[in-house]
Amino acid sequence: MLQKRIVVCLDVRDGRVTKGVRFKNNVEIGDPVALARQYYETGADELVFYDITASAEGRGIMIEVVRQVAAQIFIPFSVGGGLASLEDMREVLLAGAEKVSLNSQAVKNPDLLREGASRFGRQCIVLGMDALADQAMPSGYRVVINGGRTPTELDALEWARRAVSLGAGEIVLNSIDADGTRQGYECRLTRMISEAVSVPVVASGGAGKPEHLLEVFREGAADAALVASMVHYGDYTVPGIKTFLAARGIPVRESIG
Amino acid sequence: MSVVIVDYEAGNLRSVESAFSWLQEPFLVTAEPEEILRADRLVLPGVGEARAAMTVLEARGLIPAIREFISRGNPFLGICLGSQIILEESDEGDAPCLGLLEGRAVAFDPRRGLKIPHMGWNTITPRGSHPFLGDLSRESSFYFVHSFFPSPRDPGDVLAWCDYGDAFAAVVGRENIVATQFHPEKSGEAGLRLLRNFLQWKP
Repeated sequence: MLQKRIVVCLDVRDGRVTKGVRFKNNVEIGDPVALARQYYETGADELVFYDITASAEGRGIMIEVVRQVAAQIFIPFSVGGGLASLEDMREVLLAGAEKVSLNSQAVKNPDLLREGASRFGRQCIVLGMDALADQAMPSGYRVVINGGRTPTELDALEWARRAVSLGAGEIVLNSIDADGTRQGYECRLTRMISEAVSVPVVASGGAGKPEHLLEVFREGAADAALVASMVHYGDYTVPGIKTFLAARGIPVRESIG
Repeated sequence: MSVVIVDYEAGNLRSVESAFSWLQEPFLVTAEPEEILRADRLVLPGVGEARAAMTVLEARGLIPAIREFISRGNPFLGICLGSQIILEESDEGDAPCLGLLEGRAVAFDPRRGLKIPHMGWNTITPRGSHPFLGDLSRESSFYFVHSFFPSPRDPGDVLAWCDYGDAFAAVVGRENIVATQFHPEKSGEAGLRLLRNFLQWKP
């Protein structure tokens, strides 16, 4: 049976991992390569790196991080943050990432999804989407960009469907309302998007304890769940979360071998 | 060179290279037919589209070299797209393929309501024992990402099954050929173990 994935997210600024609350007050917590290896060894199913510098120098450092991670960890990982062209995507994929994640740039230039899928295969193309509850929108959620700071005119459900039809092979769906709160994923939003598209949906934003993952798999129909602070600060471990989920009937990969 | 990895512009070669580097196994990545003929073990990786892959293999003159390599009886490993294009044809782009095994690559049926691609970790069930699969535990999971899968004509060519709505072939092979629909190079320690088994396999 296909298992529910636990995806560990690492925000990288100038080659160091940070984790902020609501995208502010970033606190440095370490070396991305060492952390990646640690999460690999403890049974993370996948990793996501967000490059939150995205300056020219930062980009070069990030490519080197991707190379080193690819040499040492043997699970899939994706890279997002500031990828604005096919050439940016190619560079990251050639350095060893499985997938590239497009967020604001996909809103600004939807053709990137189409061109990326046709050039690299849709399994490589992840749509990162930040959604904010907004009753003015048909689905009740508005797409926001630039790290949650800039509202768009896009409805979250409509944009998800369109992105998949353009070429996205997976959606990482981040709730801006829940992000950094550690009060739980936004299950309603997750279920709505997951049931509307044919591709896997990774729930993001709000994970604070293992019960939240159970909720988003059961009630949110998520295919995978992204975690950050709850494991970065040592409150929980990936094997601990998996044991919790497995005991409640959620299919997860065994953490060892 | 002992291990040769065929470069036909199909997806993420680097992850396969990384895995063999980690296993401290010397390898050569090449698009030269002569190097393929000199290989002790051949790996055909691949992420991508069947017809495009066949076009590149043909344009580079690699198809006769791969056939010749197989006929010598040395170990061959196909990965992902490499497990599909070893069949006779593929639904993807209606492409004629290498025909090293009888059968075709077919698409998951979207009417079943399953997410496509089949993406993530899934367990496999070996059909019998095989040196490549070794002492695989029943709970071992492997990383899949694909919309098509190999469907050999002879069920005897299926070495392990996987379940996604229906059973499909996760590992196929015959004689000196093995091929995985999943990515052993991205399947953690279980995947690395299979690559190690491949390096020791004497068909």
